[in-house]
Amino acid sequence: MKFLAARRRSPIVASALLIGALAVVGLGYAAVGSVQPAQAAVGTETQVEAGRQLYLEGCSSCHGLEAQGTGNAPTLVGVGAAAVSFQVGTGRMPLAAPGAQAPGNMPTYTDEEVAALAAYIATLAPGPAIPSAEQLDYADADIALGGELFRINCAQCHQAAGQGGALTQGKYAPNLMESTPQHIYEAMLTGPQSMPVFSDAQLTVEDKQAIIAYVRTLQTEASPGGLTLGKFGPVTEGVFLATAAFGALIAAAVWIGIKAR
Amino acid sequence: MTDLSPHQPPAPPGSIPHADVEHRLRVTDTDPKTAKRAERQVASMFLLSVLFTILFVVSYIGIDKTATIYIPVMGEVGALQIALGFTLGAAIFLIGAGAIQWAKKLMPDVEVVQQRHDQVSPEADTLDAAGQYERGKEESGFARYRMIRRTLIAAMALFPIPLVIMLRDLWVPTPDEVGKSPADILSTTLWHDGLRIVSDGTYRPVRPEDLPVGGLISGVPADLLEVEEIQGNLNARGKAAIILIRMDPADIRSQQGDGWDYQGILAFSKICTHVGCPIALYEQRTHHLLCPCHQSTFDLADSGEVVFGPAARRMPQLPIGVDEEGFIVARSDFAEPIGPSFWERG
Repeated sequence: MKFLAARRRSPIVASALLIGALAVVGLGYAAVGSVQPAQAAVGTETQVEAGRQLYLEGCSSCHGLEAQGTGNAPTLVGVGAAAVSFQVGTGRMPLAAPGAQAPGNMPTYTDEEVAALAAYIATLAPGPAIPSAEQLDYADADIALGGELFRINCAQCHQAAGQGGALTQGKYAPNLMESTPQHIYEAMLTGPQSMPVFSDAQLTVEDKQAIIAYVRTLQTEASPGGLTLGKFGPVTEGVFLATAAFGALIAAAVWIGIKAR
Repeated sequence: MTDLSPHQPPAPPGSIPHADVEHRLRVTDTDPKTAKRAERQVASMFLLSVLFTILFVVSYIGIDKTATIYIPVMGEVGALQIALGFTLGAAIFLIGAGAIQWAKKLMPDVEVVQQRHDQVSPEADTLDAAGQYERGKEESGFARYRMIRRTLIAAMALFPIPLVIMLRDLWVPTPDEVGKSPADILSTTLWHDGLRIVSDGTYRPVRPEDLPVGGLISGVPADLLEVEEIQGNLNARGKAAIILIRMDPADIRSQQGDGWDYQGILAFSKICTHVGCPIALYEQRTHHLLCPCHQSTFDLADSGEVVFGPAARRMPQLPIGVDEEGFIVARSDFAEPIGPSFWERG
């Protein structure tokens, strides 16, 4: 303890305490905030009937017994299988807690259960279907066109490099770095939450494939210049320099100034 | 200016005297073994610097510039850039660190007194300067020749005017802008009755059924590309950019003109009325349009009125309809100038 007592006024101590406190608060919040909702039971024989059972157990308390919507949640009549696949498949639904926005999460349901739910909702009224494997095949897509369309239609909210960004009142456009081609397609088709709808007539299947190919490029390409700092551009780079680089310079200046023992 | 003789008072003649404070000897001053170790430390830092300089040259020659390497936290990064940056940085850093270690551990660190001059000039110099000023004033007759003084002030005051006037050349008029005042040009856009709205990027015309409720299209005039070719600049695009949105007609609380929508499809300028950022952050459930630059928020279900932020004017609405082939068209130009306020708008 004598060793510690002798060094409690050292310039490093304040920084170390601050970093330690931030780490404790941040990790503690992450641990508390990521509580998973309870698992739902699996349904019966046919897919639609199984989906109906899952719906009644897991969704009807908010969306209503006939999916007609309640004061707490919108109607699901006519949202289509694509909306179910996106909302449940990305873990946004069932909603873990009320808030400004339903965040992406670990999916509660298995792929078969999501398909059953989607099949049931699709029987209520016509709506956008889950995109076929052919529609999702972006192998021959024009990445340059995708980049242009992304900057015109998507970048205003999701940021030019797909990193996401803030909207109003605590809502936000999510980061796209973990998004699958199917979920990107379904999101464009159905317009989940604050996001506008981009129909197949407006952005054709080829356009959507091009956008998906561009996002996949953003997800997979290397960063030749080094640390990307979230690809947010000059603001984060400036903050990084002002803290890390200036901090290092100050530390060096302190070292130079301290008398040798 | 400092005394370089280590710890051997009295100082040689001509040098600066040691300060009259207690001097604490370092371990390297008293223990030859520690001093020897410090010497080795400094020398090895310089030697490492030599090594990193050689590694820099080797990396430059040997590493393929397209090769990537995975580094934790940083991710997949270019191997050459990382190698060059690290070796060059280490080579320079080690020279500096070695020099500091040398100075701190081995060079003398006795406290010395440094004599300085007074900050104030001698009184004779001050009086001389004041006298010269008075003589200049008297001899030039600046106070006496009143007309010369006033005309000189006028000439100096007017001289910057040409510099300001030339700022007008920052704007180069396009052929159809010649003869119009800047206010006229800012107040009109390409839009006119019957001009089709096309999607930006694909330049495809839009049918009402292409745009579902909750949909958003960034639109431009159908003839924009021809105009851009003639004008060679982006002003026309900047002024004519719009967004097309569709909402449930029951959600529309008010519009800027009667029946300016088409079955719930509304067209608004894309240019923020605050300082002109392009906006398309449209939240389809609240019908709010948010400008990312300064958080001005417009309610598109309520005539595009400002609901938050520094914008002072509502977002101008473009009246739309469909032509005989069923494509969405503008029915006139904007009724008010788009974009930020300017001098003539008051």
